[in-house]
Amino acid sequence: MTGTTTPARSAKPHQRSRKTHRRLTAAFTYLFLTAAGVLFMFPLYWQVATSLKTVQQTLTYPPVWIPSPPQWGNYLELLDRFPMFQYIGNSTFISLAVITGTLLSCSMAAYGFARLRMPGRDLIFVVLLATLMLPGMVTLIPQFVMFQRLHWTNTFYPLIVPAFFGSALYIFMLRQFFMTIPVELEDAARMDGAGYFRIYAQIVMPLAKPALITVAILSFVATWNDFFGPLIYLSDNEKYTVAVALRYLQGSVRTRPENHLLMAAATISIIPPLVIFFIAQREFMQGVVVSGVKG
Amino acid sequence: MAESERQYNHPRDDHNPRPRLRERQREAIACALFITPAVIGFLIFTLVPLGISGYLSFTNFNLANTPALVGLANYREMFTDDLWWKSVQVTLVYALSVVPLWIITSLALALIMNQNLPAIRLYRTVFYLPAVLSGVAISMLWVWLLNYQTGLVNQLLKMIGIKGPNWLGDYNWALRSIIIMSVWSVGWYLPIWLSGLQAIPTELFEAVTVDGGNWWTRLRHVTLPLLSPVILYNLVVNIIWATQLFTEPLMMTNGGPRFATQTYMLYTYRNAFQYNKMGLASAMAWVLFVAVLALTFLAFKSSSMWVYYEGERKRG
Repeated sequence: MTGTTTPARSAKPHQRSRKTHRRLTAAFTYLFLTAAGVLFMFPLYWQVATSLKTVQQTLTYPPVWIPSPPQWGNYLELLDRFPMFQYIGNSTFISLAVITGTLLSCSMAAYGFARLRMPGRDLIFVVLLATLMLPGMVTLIPQFVMFQRLHWTNTFYPLIVPAFFGSALYIFMLRQFFMTIPVELEDAARMDGAGYFRIYAQIVMPLAKPALITVAILSFVATWNDFFGPLIYLSDNEKYTVAVALRYLQGSVRTRPENHLLMAAATISIIPPLVIFFIAQREFMQGVVVSGVKG
Repeated sequence: MAESERQYNHPRDDHNPRPRLRERQREAIACALFITPAVIGFLIFTLVPLGISGYLSFTNFNLANTPALVGLANYREMFTDDLWWKSVQVTLVYALSVVPLWIITSLALALIMNQNLPAIRLYRTVFYLPAVLSGVAISMLWVWLLNYQTGLVNQLLKMIGIKGPNWLGDYNWALRSIIIMSVWSVGWYLPIWLSGLQAIPTELFEAVTVDGGNWWTRLRHVTLPLLSPVILYNLVVNIIWATQLFTEPLMMTNGGPRFATQTYMLYTYRNAFQYNKMGLASAMAWVLFVAVLALTFLAFKSSSMWVYYEGERKRG
């Protein structure tokens, strides 16, 4: 490499070899990441591809790589045989209700913990945070009994109502954000005679929009994907969320070769979280970094 | 709007609603009101249930009866139950294989991606994507991919002349299959590592390079020590998280074959909601709870031995 350079430009060879080295590193990086990326994406491609095949095409060897012509009718058949829109509606309703409850209760608590002084406040906060380490199973059985006594099983209440009473993770995230808002704004408002609730509602909340969006997104995806709660509390088919409906579909069509329909259902179920992820990727990952906990 | 103008024009003391209370007391009351929903939620949905499930673990509760105390019977039943021990083993094998796999793979990916190259963020999206998907959808997909006869994995293996195992149907392969599948959602860690890596001051790397250190020296003496608090945190959180594995074994193998994938959570769930042994299930949940507490305590206790905290530099 250095042989072609003239003696007059003796400073260059070193630079040039470093440049070549950097380029080589970059090339290997891209090559490796692309290969790994294809490997990561292929299962998803296969899911969508299978959903567009005929039954025959899903069973042949060698595999049919690209379904042609794509069987869009599979989706119609699925919608015809199972009330997918009902399931999607249920999941959407529950998710929106949970987002509303979470944003209200968690932002209020976070504001209290971040800004208002009260004896014992920090101790309460630490105790709340400690619940993040708690395995859900240890509180689940009494919760179940409680909801059963209230005749709330087989309704959406057990899935929605707790969201109105705060969630340690989101309280923590919002508190972290509230602490970064300059306190001078609130002091000025207080000088003008604004009460604490006014300051919270009209100053802090508008400023905290990015953090609120992050919480809304994380709680949407967590609720949409939640399996355990709906599995335990919902028993009527028409009340199923998308997640439990998938399990029901898998159980009901298992004996027949209908993987193309199962993959169509799985594809429909992942569209909402994926769309949100693509729109709000930055907020999403920010939330993961702050919380360090998977949704 | 009108109200705010009115308040603005009046001297502050005139409309103080409670002149008797001093500012500090008012603030404390406001704070209490703001955190009340969360505190009530903590009491109703966490603290009280925690106590009740502790109590239930000493009873014969089965959802239909009035719980009667049975002493340590549930704990005795649990510790003499082969299936319980099996579920402990399955859960430990899963957690201890999958967490190191997650951490090492994602850290390696993050180190590769932590370069100032165009379009590198695109890869972050690609690797992160599976982590957004629901466990149910992922399980369904992998049941299909790992199908013994017609699954893609075995078809690909067949092309290169290998007869693939019956992934989910074979006693020895079922848990391994779930572990392999879990690695797919490894990208979830990337943002955490990348933000940690970007926080490392570049002067430190330069200092090592000037001293003639190669990439391994930089990794060993700069990157890993500075990331060690993040590693510790991830280790603890994810071991706890891995002990809760439920959806995948329920969906993919239903705990089988011959209980090879019946995790602790799955077995607890079955005792509670299929066999109605709520007392026994409460005891199982409490044992898990205590184990998790002990693990967390140990991890943080041992952290001074291997975790490097920024503040310590001054002392050293």
